Amino acid sequence: MSEGPITKDVLVKTVTKILIPPIQLFGLYVIMHGHISPGGGFQGGVIIASSFILYALVFGYREGAHRAKLKIRQFLEPLGPIIFGTIGLICILFSGNFLQYSAIPILANAEIAATAISLVEIGIGITVTAVIFSIFMAMGGRKTDG
Amino acid sequence: MIYILDLLLLLILPITALAAVRTKDLLAAALIYSIYSFAMAIVYTQLNAPDVALTEAAVGAGVTTILFIIAICNTERMEE
Repeated sequence: MSEGPITKDVLVKTVTKILIPPIQLFGLYVIMHGHISPGGGFQGGVIIASSFILYALVFGYREGAHRAKLKIRQFLEPLGPIIFGTIGLICILFSGNFLQYSAIPILANAEIAATAISLVEIGIGITVTAVIFSIFMAMGGRKTDG
Repeated sequence: MIYILDLLLLLILPITALAAVRTKDLLAAALIYSIYSFAMAIVYTQLNAPDVALTEAAVGAGVTTILFIIAICNTERMEE
């Protein structure tokens, strides 16, 4: 079993523990403000996934696979397209086009319609986070289970 | 005044690109490519494309470099 590069350096471990929450908060900010500022689901998802990658690099692949288990990642990977498709098809149910938010009666107001865009962005972010971390684990921790 | 910064960035791009191709040390090449990505991200911001710049900084400089380094870990560091 490949343990990966586990560091014994106290400084690296402490800085990583301090740094991971702000990175994830910034990723969530980039996802949630995707419709007003630069960024969106993909960029925020990559930023959140990079925090997981940092954790797995410092504390070992096995610990990283323990924190984000393969089963959970396999569940999260198709969740984004499902959310995306569901919101798009709901708009068709209200006799609009695919992803035409204004067709839904509750979302006729433009400011409330932004929440639907955020829901789509959250779906993309979940998928990208799971996929990027899965690519990393498939390359790095290939001898472990995930 | 900002043109000097642009000129400097556009000078950095070919230098780092050539260095990444020509070096025999693959780890150094991966890190030089990371510098190239960061310079490219700033160039994108100068071209009023902050969305692309954010992607380039997160994916090009962050994740791709890590994947390159893992690939080097699993194979050889020096080019034959």
